[in-house]
Amino acid sequence: MAETVGGEGMKRHVSILFVSALLWSTSEADERDPVHHFESRIRPVLVEHCYECHSVEAGKSKGGLLLDTKNGSREGGDTGPAVVPGDPEASLLFVAMSHIDPDLEMPPRKPKLSEKVIADFRQWIESGATDPRSGAITEINRSEDHWSYAPVTMPEIPAPVESDWPAGEIDRFVLAKLEKNGLEPSSDAEGYVLLRRLCFDLVGLPPTPEQMAGFSPDDLEGIVDELLASDGFGVRWGRHWLDVVRYAESNGRESNIVYPHAWRYRDYVIDAVSRDVPFDRFLIEQMAGDLLPFQSNEERARLLIATGFLALGAKGLNEANHEQFAADLADEQLDAFSRAFLASSIACARCHDHKSDPVSMEDYYSLIGIFKSTRTFYGTWIDSENNNGGELIRLPEIPGQLIPGRGFSKEKVAEMMRQLAELDEQDRKNKELAEKAKVEGKDMREDFNAMLAAALSAYWRRGGLEGSLATVDAEGNPLPLCMGAMDAGEAVDSPLYVRGELKSPDDLVPRGVPALFNMEAAAPEAAASSGRLALAEWVTSVDHPLTARVMANRVWSHLFGAGLVRTVDNFGPTGEAPSHPGLLDYLAVQFRENGYSVKKLVREIVLSRSYRQSSTFDEESFRKDPDNRLLWRAEKRRLDAEVIRDAMLAVSGELDLSPRPGSLAANLRSHSVSLIGFDQSVPDDLDGSLRRSVYLPVFRENLPDILDLFDFAEPSLVMGEREETNVPLQALYLMNSSFIAERSEAFAARLMSGESSRDLRIERAFHLCFNRAPDAEEMALIDQYFTSSDVDEKETMIRVCQALLCSAEFRLAD
Amino acid sequence: MKTRRELLKDSSLGLGWLAFSALAQKVHAGGRTFPAKAKRVIFLTMRGGPSHVDLLDYKPELIRANGKVHQGGAPLIGPVHPFSQRGKSGLWMTDLMPRLAEHADDLCVINSMHTDLPNHAPAFVQMHTGSFQFVRPSLGAWTVYGLGSENENLPGFVTLNPPADNGGARNYGSAFLPSITQGTRIGGSQLPGLYAALMKKQETPGPPMRNIANDRLSIAGQRRQIDLIRGLNEHKLAKEVYQPQIEGMIESFELAFRMQSEVPDTLDLAAESQSTFDLYGIGQGKDAFARQCLLARRMAEAGVRFIEIASPVGWDHHNMLKENLAKNCGETDRPIAALLTDLKRRGMLQDTLVVWAGEFGRTPYMQGIDGRDHNHQGFSIWMAGGGVKGGMNYGSTDEIGYKAIEKPMHIHDWHATMLHLLGIDHKQLTYNYGGRDFRLTETSGKVATGIVA
Repeated sequence: MAETVGGEGMKRHVSILFVSALLWSTSEADERDPVHHFESRIRPVLVEHCYECHSVEAGKSKGGLLLDTKNGSREGGDTGPAVVPGDPEASLLFVAMSHIDPDLEMPPRKPKLSEKVIADFRQWIESGATDPRSGAITEINRSEDHWSYAPVTMPEIPAPVESDWPAGEIDRFVLAKLEKNGLEPSSDAEGYVLLRRLCFDLVGLPPTPEQMAGFSPDDLEGIVDELLASDGFGVRWGRHWLDVVRYAESNGRESNIVYPHAWRYRDYVIDAVSRDVPFDRFLIEQMAGDLLPFQSNEERARLLIATGFLALGAKGLNEANHEQFAADLADEQLDAFSRAFLASSIACARCHDHKSDPVSMEDYYSLIGIFKSTRTFYGTWIDSENNNGGELIRLPEIPGQLIPGRGFSKEKVAEMMRQLAELDEQDRKNKELAEKAKVEGKDMREDFNAMLAAALSAYWRRGGLEGSLATVDAEGNPLPLCMGAMDAGEAVDSPLYVRGELKSPDDLVPRGVPALFNMEAAAPEAAASSGRLALAEWVTSVDHPLTARVMANRVWSHLFGAGLVRTVDNFGPTGEAPSHPGLLDYLAVQFRENGYSVKKLVREIVLSRSYRQSSTFDEESFRKDPDNRLLWRAEKRRLDAEVIRDAMLAVSGELDLSPRPGSLAANLRSHSVSLIGFDQSVPDDLDGSLRRSVYLPVFRENLPDILDLFDFAEPSLVMGEREETNVPLQALYLMNSSFIAERSEAFAARLMSGESSRDLRIERAFHLCFNRAPDAEEMALIDQYFTSSDVDEKETMIRVCQALLCSAEFRLAD
Repeated sequence: MKTRRELLKDSSLGLGWLAFSALAQKVHAGGRTFPAKAKRVIFLTMRGGPSHVDLLDYKPELIRANGKVHQGGAPLIGPVHPFSQRGKSGLWMTDLMPRLAEHADDLCVINSMHTDLPNHAPAFVQMHTGSFQFVRPSLGAWTVYGLGSENENLPGFVTLNPPADNGGARNYGSAFLPSITQGTRIGGSQLPGLYAALMKKQETPGPPMRNIANDRLSIAGQRRQIDLIRGLNEHKLAKEVYQPQIEGMIESFELAFRMQSEVPDTLDLAAESQSTFDLYGIGQGKDAFARQCLLARRMAEAGVRFIEIASPVGWDHHNMLKENLAKNCGETDRPIAALLTDLKRRGMLQDTLVVWAGEFGRTPYMQGIDGRDHNHQGFSIWMAGGGVKGGMNYGSTDEIGYKAIEKPMHIHDWHATMLHLLGIDHKQLTYNYGGRDFRLTETSGKVATGIVA
């Protein structure tokens, strides 16, 4: 199947100019570096074979010997010093491992370590036994007893005293904790408040006055099921996931090149969330969709697009060293994977064993092998900003498939082919010239700069030509393409790079899933496979302690304004402990047992009375628990940027609920985000659309104004939780932007034509904006405004409408 | 003829103006407790951990010990670029910052800084908020809370192009303080100069600032509209008892309204002379940082209390230290020196505290083959103007620059000292939240009186 685009040509040429960069071997220097010797040859052996019984961390010191600190090794245990610098035979560690003394053979009940290892230890001790480990601090925290690494089991459901309040198990956990702390839950929220909260939370839109009129708090299940089934749920909750996977439509960083095909992944996510694809399956598809069986072209396309997750990150495209680029790319993928799926910072172990989590460098490099055996298709071609051309995946053809992009005329294709042939010819000539000069021993130094410049310009031109041609067929019609990942064909293990430096490779670490978080290790499915599928299966295994907890917590945080673990992206020892550990485990178990259905999880939570509480302030409770960690009330929340925008379009009657086919990014003329301003068809604020905000372009470093100002998730980072700022630039946007002016006009026009009197219009406006009637004081304020207005009724109405859209109540969910 | 500002004031017949003035008064809660020289702060943050042993902490013993194995096992390396003595004071500084060196006699170099953690994000956040663990107000927010605003038409705290990572908005957040004290972020991506010229966009080299004017409403008309919004918001607030978000929204509308009169002028660098552009290096190559430095001076002049500028480059030199240090200094030396020159010639340096600091420093020993690792146990920063003594070193590290030993200055001590220079007793500047009094320096902080002029 011809699923890759771009061809080998691109790769071949990449190497000519840049790869020759300085990669001299440093092995000799490293041999002389005693720390390096220790780090690469000694410590890993100690960790692997000795710490289990001889370390503080393991809580064991067999024979009184600790080998995890320098002091422990030197002082030794009951039988004498383990390490005597300069004297291997007097060092019991060496004696034990070399099996000289039949009474002292280590490691116990295991085969003797290899001769190479023993020789390394001899050399180490002979040359002074340099040991950079200091003090009594244990170097590797192999602690597996951190709360989040413990298996998820169904906790005991508490039995609170007040038995009438709970509507279900969730409430028993919450109430029991409140009672224990001398607090009481708040009363249920008023109907309109609850309905607004539900609609914002589930579909990201305010309820319509008609929905409000038909709403009864007695039939919560009815409205909840309706919202869960609507397309809006996929839009709202798909966007939550896009925050977590750092979705963007450009590379960002120094080379901010557009990703014109990223939108396919966005649509994949929205669709998967809408259809409630089981969360474990959802993760497997994103990690290894290319490796899954399929029944049809449609399914194959869908699975390939899912792997876009791995391709969307911000990359150092201008990196001149391709090996470094590949290492950074794999690192970024591992980082995004571990933070998004496991709320864990595994990638910290690239240069040193993790300082706080039980992740060693070996663990890191065994995982990195998986990503290095994976080929990433990100589709940005070589140019002056980009030294690392990427290809795209060609999707199978499907009738009616959307293929945006302009394509080229047949003549243009021919012209590009001709230019390419010209470059080939030029290349051939230059090579000949260089060969000749070499044979003749001619000094080329004087011509060097001119030649280099010419070669570079040809190289960049070639990138653009090849890249453009790769996106169209022979006729110039755009091809169906996507970003994503596939096995590289050749699987490789990565060396452990001492201190993370490519210049210091050490022994190869077999790729695979290490035994982390109390889980068993897993090898790649087959010798030739990357191991991504094994990793995906490992992460979604029912025994995994993190995956279900992390997601259950993410879901909770979107519904309560904060997670039970508030550090939603960090479940490691430096993160926060859960406020309600039992509740978190209960939710994780429920999630797992309900087939990893996100919708069922959301449903259970929003039907709880804990969720239904009012957000009313209470002095005494506030004193006891100002951060509302114990959930004595609902949290008042500022709406997300998208919700603010979509709500404005909804009340102005302009909202277009149809999904945007493709993306603005797909039709841009420019390749680089910094040049988007040249494109007259692109609005200044990158908006100009009446569709839902999830379809606005997400260029890194250059977001649509409204998203940027109202704390959109930084698209280069895994961000399970958004910031919430309140600054005058937001107010300036509300007061002066053309977007708000246009919404206010449309809103006013809707009122003017829909209602017959001013009072009725105001009343309708309040119902649209706030799902309630104005009270007397509000009526009086607005009446007074009309009375003192020096412009006509229509213009005054526009200004009033803007005031309503700008009001605090519009942006807050109580 | 009336100025725009007076006009604004007159047109504020509604309750807006008065109410804000009351609010602004409320903000003066902490207030000055003793006379101060510094009225404002310009904070140059150098994220990544600049190598103090190569820039500001001169260690002859480290030069002598070059190549020797440190107790940890890695070889020590002396400064990778030469040091020289500068100014009348003979302050030792790297040769990489020749223009800053011309201000040596104004610099107070603190060599004994130390912080709690050697990791970027927590250390960066602690540098800003005092705490790496909890969400706390940032130094800028505390400053504005303590001193109020010098100009009610501008935010009291502005941050230019802050990094999105390393704690993000926490570094300029107000946490539980009134949200009017929060840092207003200005900046974002800008068109490269060449394209801006071609497109005739943003011809004035300030940061983009959209939505600063309204073409449909007169000032009076907009004031009336904002009074309506305010009325609706206060009505809602009255029902809520305690709702800081709404209070914050009310305040930010008031400030936004007034900003319209002043911000365009403040941001418009076109008013500056060519010689000033030349001084900063504006119009010469990559000049975003130069423009930010000039903008900082303009904001300082206009009365912004706390201005933060993020370094245009990171200083996390795990490798290629020598080359990268030269590059970084090359990109920042001129604009920073120009800022000092400019403040001085306007007589503003004496009451503007200029601070240059990263979240930590780097190890005297080598990492890899050509870099240095993070070092939080001892590092250096400098301050100038605003009532600090110039041409001096304060405190010191051990003989190789590893650990602060003499007059060690923890982040809390440093914060306490800066507040002192601003006339605030750090122990008095508290805010009661959830029944507890919080302060920037938590339960510690010692003022380094030795640096106060």
